[in-house]
Amino acid sequence: MGDYILEMNNITKEFPGVKALSDVNFKVKRGEIHCLVGENGAGKSTLMKVLSGVHHYGTYTGDIVYNGEVQQFKSIADSEAKGIAIIYQELALVPELSVYENIYFGHEIMNGKTIDWNKTIIKASEMLEKVRLHIDPSIKVKTLGVGNQQLVEIAKALSKNVKLLILDEPTASLNEDDSKNLLDLIRELKNQGVSCVMISHKLKEITAIADTITVLRDGATITSIDVTQRKIEEKEIIKYMVGRSIENIYPKREHKNIGEVVFSVNNWTVQDPVKDRNLLENININVRRGEIVGLQGLMGAGRTELALGIFGNTPNYKILSGDVTMEGKTTRYKSPKDAIAAGLAYVTEDRKGNGLVLMQDIKYNISLTNLDQLTEGIAINENEEIIVANDYLESINIKAPSILQKVRNLSGGNQQKVQIAKWLFAKPKVLILDEPTRGIDVGAKYEIYSLMNKLVEQGMSIIMISSELSEVMGMSDRLYVMSEGKITGELTAEEATDEKVMAMAIQS
Amino acid sequence: MRDNDRRMSVGAELGQLLKSNIRDYMMYIALIVIMGYFTYMTAGAFIQARNISNLFNQAGYVMILAIGMTLILIIKHIDLSVGFVAGFSGAIAAILMTKAEMSEWIVIPIVLLLGLAVGLYQGLLVTRVGVPAFVTTLAGMFIFRGLLSLSLQETGTIIVPNEGFNALSNGFIPDLLGGGELHLLTMVIGVVAVILVIYTQIKARRNRQKYDFKVVSAPVFGFTLLVVSCIIMLIIYVLAAYQGLPWTAVIVGVVLFIYNYMLNKTKLGRYIYGIGGNDLAAELSGVNVKAVTLFCFCSMGTLAALAGILYTSRLQSATPTAGNAFEMDAIASSYIGGVAVSGGIGRVTNTIIGALVIVSLTNGMNLMGVDISYQYVVKGIIFVIAVAFDVCTRRK
Repeated sequence: MGDYILEMNNITKEFPGVKALSDVNFKVKRGEIHCLVGENGAGKSTLMKVLSGVHHYGTYTGDIVYNGEVQQFKSIADSEAKGIAIIYQELALVPELSVYENIYFGHEIMNGKTIDWNKTIIKASEMLEKVRLHIDPSIKVKTLGVGNQQLVEIAKALSKNVKLLILDEPTASLNEDDSKNLLDLIRELKNQGVSCVMISHKLKEITAIADTITVLRDGATITSIDVTQRKIEEKEIIKYMVGRSIENIYPKREHKNIGEVVFSVNNWTVQDPVKDRNLLENININVRRGEIVGLQGLMGAGRTELALGIFGNTPNYKILSGDVTMEGKTTRYKSPKDAIAAGLAYVTEDRKGNGLVLMQDIKYNISLTNLDQLTEGIAINENEEIIVANDYLESINIKAPSILQKVRNLSGGNQQKVQIAKWLFAKPKVLILDEPTRGIDVGAKYEIYSLMNKLVEQGMSIIMISSELSEVMGMSDRLYVMSEGKITGELTAEEATDEKVMAMAIQS
Repeated sequence: MRDNDRRMSVGAELGQLLKSNIRDYMMYIALIVIMGYFTYMTAGAFIQARNISNLFNQAGYVMILAIGMTLILIIKHIDLSVGFVAGFSGAIAAILMTKAEMSEWIVIPIVLLLGLAVGLYQGLLVTRVGVPAFVTTLAGMFIFRGLLSLSLQETGTIIVPNEGFNALSNGFIPDLLGGGELHLLTMVIGVVAVILVIYTQIKARRNRQKYDFKVVSAPVFGFTLLVVSCIIMLIIYVLAAYQGLPWTAVIVGVVLFIYNYMLNKTKLGRYIYGIGGNDLAAELSGVNVKAVTLFCFCSMGTLAALAGILYTSRLQSATPTAGNAFEMDAIASSYIGGVAVSGGIGRVTNTIIGALVIVSLTNGMNLMGVDISYQYVVKGIIFVIAVAFDVCTRRK
């Protein structure tokens, strides 16, 4: 195997004031699965943008050799024409169009001057067969789950006769089943001769699927390891990624001081607006003072809907029954405002979508949840606000030049810290964290775990929603497992094993 | 970084400042260029004290509408009905003062309440029923245009005899200090305004230094203050040399102060920017998005009524055509003043500059005798250039 489909040699790419890539070498062998790993900001996405022509020829230095020829891509269309396709984290499908329309969107099958829809449907079905997605190609994309949408994207890439498929964190929003399915498909494509580059943060997947692993750090290639020659441990990859070895990914708490039940959700039942069934069925969960309770379940189990509902935000659902009890007071919050006033805080799963006001600065975002505390008479005390924001910047280690930095310009990990800071400022008794470490790098994850431990030691209670099994297992004192809108199990940290939890999560 | 900045020459700093705030400066430059051009083309008539006084009186209603519109646009809505709401309010004011022979001091609060009710109706449609603002207020445009002509159907144009009412947009503040050539009270107000500006700016700068935030260097800071003070004093001097400060300018000044304070210093202001930036995040942060949206529509309705009062006062009569295309000037003023087309960003102080651009164009072209049809085309072109420039600079 000395045959490379792609060689990127000495790639250097500079943005004003930052060297995003410096002298990066990246070589992909024909017909292999090549995993590209690195912390956020290591340069993975920039490298892929250089390859696909988003950063077009001339804006970087170095050579791209593809199929033995030096390439000068001016746009994505150029790279696609050569058989390079990128599938981004944010899917690029048109939700209101059908699956077959989406697959051939932009390269329609023509019959003279009009589109040949019959042929399109037949061809699309063939592509769906290739990705083993057995659905009617005429249904709208919006009716599909994220996992299936991803498969449609891959079918679309295949329809363009892709030779090199690049997947940017393909499993980030997939549950374990869909992830496994996708990884199997990637292996199968490899057997059909499609080379594949996969960017991922999930080390377990990487070690399972990769032929070669390349690690980037701070815009430079750290190492490239041929895994077919020798096995590699997750720990070793982490060491390359962060330049230090993290002995224990989940920090242990020094003092466990778990008290009485602070908050409970009682008999919570929610009707699904579309389907004629209940979205959530008789949910009963509780959390004690100083306790981290995990809420594990696959995507679509209803975890986020539950969290939003108890937080008073249910624009699309009808709550049939149920209430919550906070320190003995039983009620149902009518709005997030009520919930916050009662001492509940909710760090959302989608920090860009509904968590932060990206165009505003750190200070603005932190103070937003509790402006009452900063208001004297009718005016906001801006000095006090600055002091508060600076305190959080320091105490939870948000890396930014100052609190006047726009949140949009922060990395994912730092955005997440701002989100946590804003909720801590609301002085909650119970903190709900929804996928708190999704899409953030290993170093920042560790900091967030440590922060969680510190908070519960101070007497706060945390409900952590996560689909990452190891995270729930590593951090929780106690955990609930959810499946299809029901609680299917409750385990203490001592009782829980991967197998037990997984079995409960897929139970219906 | 900071050390480098300190070592920068004043010239280089000014250059950098200009570059990073190009959006704001362009607005001022455009205003100065437009004013300079008209002064030249009208052989100085444009910049004469009488005309500048007129300009304020004519611009009052546009500025009031634009202030309200800025809030609406920040939260990503729009209000197309403001023109005819203003026209209708003005007609009701005229009817109450003539037919019912009510005192203007009773009529004005009644009409403002009427505007508030209109805002409440449209705001409830948008927030509770969920009709998009574009549709709600387009319907409002039909409705209030109809109500305006209905209310004036029998009488035609109503002449308003009330002197107090008409003084709102034609009168000047009295010179209590009894000056001679110069209007002394106006000068005093000007000096107080300059002192206030300098004081608040220095205080703000000190504060930033205290927290180690980046500030402009002392010479540049002083220079900016000097320029701003000169501009204020120049305008004040021109006005004082004529008949003093027009009442309209006082009204606009008070409304501007209240709204600027509200947007920058209060919770409500923060919530408005939050909703514009990300309404979902704002809701989940405990902001009552519907209530704040309703507030913005109510404020818009009330200000539209105030604009109607000013316009009626200016003409000293209510006419069936009042309000036509007011919304165009109000929306254009806000966007020229730098409200982001995608919402979440905008300042009422800058909107006033935007309104001055629009009103200077109207006034200047009128002085030059440019046909009204050309005036629309010119305004449209300047509007679209301003927004295109805005979109381009924001992209960076």
